[in-house]
Amino acid sequence: MNIRTTALAAVRGLGLALLAMVGSLVLFILMVVSISLTPVVIGVVLVPLVARLARSHANLRRRLAYRWFGVEIKEPYRPKPHFQGGLIGALERYRWVMMDRATWRDLLWMICDATAGFTLAIFAFSLPFYGPYGWVLALGVWRPIVHSGGNEWYTFVPISDQATATIAGLVGFVYAGLGLWLTPKTMHLHSRLTAALLAPTHERELELRVARLTETRSDALDSQAAELRRIERDLHDGAQARLVAMGMSLGAIEHLLERDPKKAKVLLSEARESSSKALTELRDLVRGIHPPVLAERGLGDAVRALAMASPLQTEVSAEIPGRIEAPVESAAYFAVSEILTNAAKHSGARRVWLDLRHENGMLRIVITDDGQGGAAMSHGTGISGIERRIGTFDGVLALNSPVGGPTMVTMELPCELSSPQP
Amino acid sequence: MRVVLAEDLFLLRDGLIRLLEAYDFEIAAAVDNGPELTRALLTVKPDVAVVDVRLPPTFTDEGLQAALHARREVPGLPVLVLSQHVEQLYARELLADGSGGVGYLLKDRVFDADQFVDAVRRVAAGGTAMDPQVISQLLARKSRDEPLGDLTPREREVLGLMAEGRSNVAIAQRLVVTERAIAKHTSNIFLKLDLPPSDDDNRRVLAVLAYLNGS
Repeated sequence: MNIRTTALAAVRGLGLALLAMVGSLVLFILMVVSISLTPVVIGVVLVPLVARLARSHANLRRRLAYRWFGVEIKEPYRPKPHFQGGLIGALERYRWVMMDRATWRDLLWMICDATAGFTLAIFAFSLPFYGPYGWVLALGVWRPIVHSGGNEWYTFVPISDQATATIAGLVGFVYAGLGLWLTPKTMHLHSRLTAALLAPTHERELELRVARLTETRSDALDSQAAELRRIERDLHDGAQARLVAMGMSLGAIEHLLERDPKKAKVLLSEARESSSKALTELRDLVRGIHPPVLAERGLGDAVRALAMASPLQTEVSAEIPGRIEAPVESAAYFAVSEILTNAAKHSGARRVWLDLRHENGMLRIVITDDGQGGAAMSHGTGISGIERRIGTFDGVLALNSPVGGPTMVTMELPCELSSPQP
Repeated sequence: MRVVLAEDLFLLRDGLIRLLEAYDFEIAAAVDNGPELTRALLTVKPDVAVVDVRLPPTFTDEGLQAALHARREVPGLPVLVLSQHVEQLYARELLADGSGGVGYLLKDRVFDADQFVDAVRRVAAGGTAMDPQVISQLLARKSRDEPLGDLTPREREVLGLMAEGRSNVAIAQRLVVTERAIAKHTSNIFLKLDLPPSDDDNRRVLAVLAYLNGS
């Protein structure tokens, strides 16, 4: 409750009041008008256009709610399907907008924002100024007002001479105090109102989640199938072929043993080499499927082992008191592995900090490097691929990489912890 | 020389017993799980233990844990750990007490019986035997670590071979130089890694440890 936060809240109040007037009110009217124009066809074309404006207006407010008040509001809209061209397309667009409950909730929000929201915002803006206004009156500004025949009331104080003006100045202190105390609270209330009306309904939230899980599940299945094909091919071309060659060599050795022991010896050493190569190949394959340290020690030590192998100077701090469910553990491991590889390849970093902890049923991994930053979800498929894969487990990934660095990747995966190994 | 052997796969255990017996080792105990291994190590106190990392009942790193536990109880108990995969992390844990008498090899090294038995003997004598694969993983890393960065390429090479557990004679043979040249390199390495003069064998282990820790 200091002057700075109050001033900031007041300025934001003014901003939101303006947005409510020029945005919410105008768009509400436009929307109502275009909907009512539906019978005369123009509405069919108009509604999607106005809805688009209304949605970007609402999205702006969602972003502001997050940036100013830390209130996170998800977008509730149904995904945009593919539309045909021409009149049919226009009808489809119209249907898409009108069938989305979020459209109607936006409409409700706009009228509330233009009325209650506006009132709250303008109240929050003007309250801090009312106190100082009383002081200004008391300091003599009452004089020109009264002398020019003006009729000035300061709330309940009719001002006609210095005495009443002084009372106004004193009352001003009460207002100043109230402003300091109430303005931030009012803006908080305002953000709650916005969140209540702009957030997806519970039902819609579930729909969004199902849609996301469906999408990431098919991704996961695809990549798993591709992985199986790779393993099959590697076995077929590698270890299997070597074992066949070994078998043939052994056959030849059996044949040569008495006739040409020297040649047999050469073949024997070749066969031994083949077996050791087959082992190496199998080893690499196993490491790619399920790394041994991960199987033996769990995520914390597996990531430590990764860190040791990384060309970057890597610090690991892990607080995972137990074992994570195997599929999540594996997904997290490969995600970390890929991010470390990315950091080594593209970031120009020298050092990396890895922080893993399990808290409140959530595995949280933070990877920070001191590279040049500028990584983005849209650049290539690396990071977004990881995000989709951990999405299968309802996990989320956040990337923070301003140009100039540092880059920070945060992942959160909900998961259970089993008791630690004895 | 009395050996305790821990390996859960019957075929491999049987093969190892045969191999070691052929080279005049005495098998004091051959076990197939972690708890029995711990018991055997602490009661038999063998001249050397040959241990598989992954053992029942948990099939995680039971063998390694049993070995580390036994070395805490009986300091310097020689242990040679075998594994299907070698990991720097485990190598470091084994060497952590700096007292030597440890080895960490890929299971395939058994293929070359002479070399394998040589490694067992070295470990029993208080030396080290690190798998070349652990060493090459390290060499593959860029030389970002300051103390090791001071080493010349030749010295790094010598340290690598030292880390495998080779003696100066063996290193000299491998690099085709005189033993005196190697002795000079090793004393330079000790100097650069800031290891004060002491028992030479122990300093070798500490140098290897410094190498593995990359510090």
